Amino acid sequence: MTAPHRDTLSRRRLLAAGAGAAVVALVRPALATPQGMADAIRAFAEGAARAQPGRVRLELPALVENGNSAPLTVTVDSPMTPDAFVRRISVFNEKNPQPNVATFHLGPRSGRAFVSTRMRLADSQTVVAIAELSDGTFWSDSAEVIVTLAACLDG
Amino acid sequence: MARPRINVPSTARRGEIVEIKTLIAHPMETGFRPDESGRLRPRDIIHTFVCTLNGEEVFRAELFPAIAANPFIAFTMVATESGDLAFHWTDDRGATQTETVRITVT
Repeated sequence: MTAPHRDTLSRRRLLAAGAGAAVVALVRPALATPQGMADAIRAFAEGAARAQPGRVRLELPALVENGNSAPLTVTVDSPMTPDAFVRRISVFNEKNPQPNVATFHLGPRSGRAFVSTRMRLADSQTVVAIAELSDGTFWSDSAEVIVTLAACLDG
Repeated sequence: MARPRINVPSTARRGEIVEIKTLIAHPMETGFRPDESGRLRPRDIIHTFVCTLNGEEVFRAELFPAIAANPFIAFTMVATESGDLAFHWTDDRGATQTETVRITVT
């Protein structure tokens, strides 16, 4: 069989790529990416990108039935004294349309490094919590969540 | 914004750590949801929550669209003195809802 003419081949490829792109654009808005989450972490603080795992405990259910509301708790091992306390805790996600979840400002008046809230999950993904300590160090924890019914996209 | 609910003990011993739970009714519209015609519903969320004791800030939260509707926020505070615990929620429209609760520290 003779090979198709070169122009036909590339035109076919172009049409196929264009059709594919159009379908994807109609289906859902762009989701955040791991790079988007990395950028958001760097925007939180320059040192946050080098956060060490440890001292932080991020609790999220491993399986979430309804992504519209998942309970989330972050605790940090810290005496919360004026000499050693948690300044901020920030939570990030990988696959929602936007990588930030919340940033909490604490201090010695908090008593305990503890925050709890509820978040939306657009898809099964990794959630990351980063704590900024008063000594300038950053610590992190992450949790993998599987979501049965996605938020944001299914209304 | 609708009436918030606040759960905090009305009395505490000096130095005791109290847990405060707050809930406020708000759709936290993300800005990513389309309406029937396919246009995106505009973002409308509570973006800032602040708690003060006698005017001094003890806790602050910056919220993003990933926070679920009817935002629930729980945190702790050392009971240092009696007085007014004030909670402020500010949304994208610039409106602030404030709720004050009295705490007695013995």
